[in-house]
Amino acid sequence: MKEIVLEYELPVGEKLTIYRNRIMPCSEINSPGRISIVSGTHGDELEGQYICYELARRIALEPENLMGIVDIYPAINPFGIDMASKNSPLFNRDLNRSFPGSSSGDLIDRVTSGVVESVLGSDLCLDIHASDIFVREIPQVRLSEDFADNLLPFAKLTNADMIWMNATATVHESTLAHSLNILGVPTMVIEMGQGHQINKPYGDQIVDGIFNIMCELGMWMGTRPRTQLPAISSDGSVEFIRSEKAGIFIPLTEHNHFVKAGDIIGEIFDPFIGEKLMDVVSEQPGLLFTQRIYPVVSEGDLLARILTGAF
Amino acid sequence: MQIVDLYSFKSIYRDDMQVKGYVFGSGEKSACIVGPSRGNEYQQLYICSQLVKKLTELEKLGVIANDKQIMVIPCINEYAFNLSKDFFGVKNLDINTSFPGNDYGEPITRLTGGLFEKIKEYTYEIQFTSFYERAQCVPHVRMTETGYQNVSLANLFGLPYVVVKKPLPTDTATLNYNMSTETSSAFTIYTKAKEQLDEKCTNSAISAVLRFLTRMGIIKYECHSGYISHVLKDEDLTDVYTEKAGIFKGKVECGEYVQYGQKMAEIINPFDGSVLEEIVASTDGIVFFAHNSALINQYETAFRMVHRLHD
Repeated sequence: MKEIVLEYELPVGEKLTIYRNRIMPCSEINSPGRISIVSGTHGDELEGQYICYELARRIALEPENLMGIVDIYPAINPFGIDMASKNSPLFNRDLNRSFPGSSSGDLIDRVTSGVVESVLGSDLCLDIHASDIFVREIPQVRLSEDFADNLLPFAKLTNADMIWMNATATVHESTLAHSLNILGVPTMVIEMGQGHQINKPYGDQIVDGIFNIMCELGMWMGTRPRTQLPAISSDGSVEFIRSEKAGIFIPLTEHNHFVKAGDIIGEIFDPFIGEKLMDVVSEQPGLLFTQRIYPVVSEGDLLARILTGAF
Repeated sequence: MQIVDLYSFKSIYRDDMQVKGYVFGSGEKSACIVGPSRGNEYQQLYICSQLVKKLTELEKLGVIANDKQIMVIPCINEYAFNLSKDFFGVKNLDINTSFPGNDYGEPITRLTGGLFEKIKEYTYEIQFTSFYERAQCVPHVRMTETGYQNVSLANLFGLPYVVVKKPLPTDTATLNYNMSTETSSAFTIYTKAKEQLDEKCTNSAISAVLRFLTRMGIIKYECHSGYISHVLKDEDLTDVYTEKAGIFKGKVECGEYVQYGQKMAEIINPFDGSVLEEIVASTDGIVFFAHNSALINQYETAFRMVHRLHD
């Protein structure tokens, strides 16, 4: 059932409305479990759109097997999605640096607090992100070590390729995930694919993981999908490879492939003078799980991340 | 006056972005004045340019104390100014939430890291910045509550107000927060305007900086004593939110004293011209912050008031 989570007036006719799709079990269940799937926090990250669709579609095929409540929030930054913008175009700010908000504050505070209030009470929340338009990622769970004891058992069920502990600002304070974890809703960030794109196989993989989790929580009585156990890493086992030149990058290896120490994984060139500026070389062997997609690079831009030592 | 290169950011097809410091005097690194980090802070850029002009004149008159050095960095984001963008680079990131930076990470953190290494050598850091909102405010010195903030020193600028703010998580990545340490003090100066040039406000900001430098013994300069600042906590300001969205017609100015019940603004229906809301003062006090754009959202901050403060 399509429900309004929050609705605020804008100056010229339109409203800012955030919706959720609440899917209830067919039969009455005492104290049903509840899982929330949140997506669209960054308007240029669209991988969650397919996951929301596919999750709702599969449940609708066998609704009798649903034993809990599934809340799907496809777009908590609807104008960002409309304008292909990471930030909220209304505030020119990153919504995921504005949690938990306040119900008595200004508009952005009320929006973020409204989302948090709406998700409270869930047994588990998945905050689905994509990568940005610059790099491509394999499906992964990112979680803060602060909440690892609580979250790791769920993260292992997601069918992601890896679990990255204490990874990036995604798991920091002022994010939805941090705010919900502090408030007692176990929340994991899932990151995959790339901005402005949808990778259907990745989406199917994570949807399988969501059904796996729902089986574990007693919320799904249908067939339990076959899933994999993700590799688990910490920051110390990830090699970051960054550009040391401004130029044009082309990858020379496949994404999601293993590389050896010393492999040339890409090159940066200057198209103006027809000169190669640098070879991009992996220092350690491992899985190339992050790969630069957007060719134009400046000094410091991320070109690749390699998961080392976890195999 | 010497012009020194502080950081150079390379782009494949644009001129390098050179961040330059204008250095006056020599010896102990006493005060560093940092200009705008966002490309719409025209007033802050103008103030810094006029400060360089004034200090150039004063240096010729021999007013800079022996063994004292002042550096002005008029702009730390010229790329954004030249394209009328607010933030930095293709990722559209806010420089002033990326400190202290480093020398190995993303382009923006290399920029802030490179600058921070130079700025942190100074005892006093004075930054010109602005609010994100489309608003004007009363000129004031703002300090983050880090445990090292020294309100007595902030008073020496002689501006009408000193505001101390408890840091949010995102505030911990500002220049001001990171420069507020055991050995250095950081002050952020907010002036009335941002995207418009205001000569009166420029002169007042320059006087405030020169007054501070005089009182700290960095220059020898006769200037008016200014105000004995009224010290406020940010949370003590009374926020006035709109109940309706529409065309905003402000009736009072920043710095104006208003009485309980006084009409402060009207919100107009953009289609039929009717008055949707009249904002009236809920308290006697001074208007500290006022929305100054033609349109306003529901629950946007229209005003911030200094409660029960009289002229």
